[in-house]
Amino acid sequence: MSTVQLNGGQQLAMKYYTVAIALFVAQILFGLLSGMQYLIPGFLQGVLDFNVTRTVHINAMIIWLLYGFIGSVYWLLEEESQTKIVGLKLGNFAFWLFTVAVVIVVVVFLVVQTGPGDDFTRWFVNEGREYIEAPRWADIGIVICVLIFFYNVAATFMKGQWSGISGVLTLDLVALAGIYLAGMFYTTNISVDQYWWWWVIHLWVEATWEVLVGCLMAWGLMKTLGVSRKIVTTWLYIEVALMFGSGILGLGHHYFWIGTPEYWLTIGGFFSALEPIPLVAMVVHAVYDSGVKHMKANNNPAFAWLIAHAFGNFFGAGVWGFMHTLPQINLYTHGTQWSASHGHLAFFGAYATIVIAMIYIALREVRGQQSFGADLPDGGWKWKWALGLLNLGVVGMSIALLISGYEQSFIERAVGGSTWLGYFTAQIHPWFVQGMWWRMVFGFVTAFGIILLVWDLLTIGKHNKPSAEVISPTQTASV
Amino acid sequence: MSDNIPWWSREVFWKKTAIWVTGFMFVVLIVLTLDTLPKISVGSEHVPAYSVINKHIDYVFNDERNIQVPVIGKDDPLFGQMLTEQEAEALVTHGKKITQGRNCMGCHTLLGNGSYFAPDLTKAWLDPAWSSEEEREQYMIEFLMDPQENARSFGSGRTMPNLHITKEEAKAIIAFLKWMSSIDTNGFPYNFTVIDKEG
Repeated sequence: MSTVQLNGGQQLAMKYYTVAIALFVAQILFGLLSGMQYLIPGFLQGVLDFNVTRTVHINAMIIWLLYGFIGSVYWLLEEESQTKIVGLKLGNFAFWLFTVAVVIVVVVFLVVQTGPGDDFTRWFVNEGREYIEAPRWADIGIVICVLIFFYNVAATFMKGQWSGISGVLTLDLVALAGIYLAGMFYTTNISVDQYWWWWVIHLWVEATWEVLVGCLMAWGLMKTLGVSRKIVTTWLYIEVALMFGSGILGLGHHYFWIGTPEYWLTIGGFFSALEPIPLVAMVVHAVYDSGVKHMKANNNPAFAWLIAHAFGNFFGAGVWGFMHTLPQINLYTHGTQWSASHGHLAFFGAYATIVIAMIYIALREVRGQQSFGADLPDGGWKWKWALGLLNLGVVGMSIALLISGYEQSFIERAVGGSTWLGYFTAQIHPWFVQGMWWRMVFGFVTAFGIILLVWDLLTIGKHNKPSAEVISPTQTASV
Repeated sequence: MSDNIPWWSREVFWKKTAIWVTGFMFVVLIVLTLDTLPKISVGSEHVPAYSVINKHIDYVFNDERNIQVPVIGKDDPLFGQMLTEQEAEALVTHGKKITQGRNCMGCHTLLGNGSYFAPDLTKAWLDPAWSSEEEREQYMIEFLMDPQENARSFGSGRTMPNLHITKEEAKAIIAFLKWMSSIDTNGFPYNFTVIDKEG
């Protein structure tokens, strides 16, 4: 892959994108193994137990999305700031540090897996806290890498020029990096433990990540549709106000049942019920701008994935989240396959989609094309089928898991009283098992989707005649 | 051009709104956090001291709150040994560290958070799976030390892998589970059936 015409930030971005896609593939592979373990008890037991496959599944997801975000920010950095990146060497160092750390963590997860209940295990093997299982040494490595990333972003904008998007982005990165620290300590008090753990998980996923993808969406719409900067910036501010206005105290929906005072039921219920509103705003924004521009994009795959993001974010994070966010229903659904259903649709709809869109935006320039449109030699069948299969696969999995979740909430929680007997009665019920089979079927659909996606990313635009004119990075930043 | 735009759709209006809303919500969260943390500290009303493992723990319906709440009863020392506050804390701490080191959350939920492949552990100490209060400690130790041989799968065929937990480790895990079962979780899990007290 030739990257000679790319600026420094963009070359670095391509490295991040490459690892992101590799981890995306790993996420799906380990997801298939985890799903299979529901259907075939004993599958890989003693070799790769469920806690191993599932840990790799969810950690690969978090990390590939982070790689995708960092890559996307590096991609737009020089164009948006109108200047050269300040610390390219440092950025490259951080990339390799991060990547080596990720590889070591994954190898330890797969080979060592668990350890005794001592400090060594938490520092060097597994911290045993969902989503942030990475041992403490890796946490410190991640913080160093994120600080270098933040320095590059903030210092480059300071040297060059600021914009609404870059202002929001930089402040958001302060919050994103700062919040991670809330998860880096040990306490025996599990209520306090989970109180801070949710600061990392919720305030990342339902606040700072959402604002970050809001920035990427704003930039992506300018880039693919040529929407005016003034419009996307105003929308971005509206989204930030609504997102943080609802999402920060929406954190309360995780504080219903962990030992926290009862007032969180009211606060969490109320503010999390408002959380879909900014996501509606994002859909309106994207659809309205698309209409104004008569859907004429210079990059059809990127544009399609941006629209998939707008709707995926609304349905996955907004609707699926709202469905079980009120304490009156959450008492029955908390910690069941409902959460898995919501998790699948939301992470894919809100985050995977926009990273894929950003990668297509990058590839158009990497391949020196003026457009990824109808003139693609094969009619673009690969990206269209990848888009279709990935969306069908994840939506199918989410609905299958939701059916199992309904059954589990009813049989285990409402009727069975949440005992171990109640749990297993629900797990062996035919409705639950059928849901798990359908999840597996759609898991394979998703896997076919990613095979096509990778194939398309590797080949799209490669066999077109390169356009004579390479779009200069500064051309679109001032739109 | 901007002169024709009404104030409510101007960029600068939304910029200020975004800053003020974010700042305000963050301040409210900090205030709520400062209020909540003492209320969930060890020894508070919702989260009992670690020495609660010396006591009998029950989970009964409270008419006023309309939910089940933990009730701390008479002396009922774990493994027949009364522990000081420091000893209890050390044991529960060891237990929690083991649950993290063995990545229990990779299959189970604790306080409803984690994975959904195995039962929730919030009230595992009170679960009828352990037959009766008299037999509970022994059954739990046997199960943790060899979950394949002493499987509690209830016809699912799903078993816990052997995580090579020693007897001492099993006792620490059980201490952690007993302490966790005493946390007031606002009625979660709902309508829970408590282990047979008669034996």
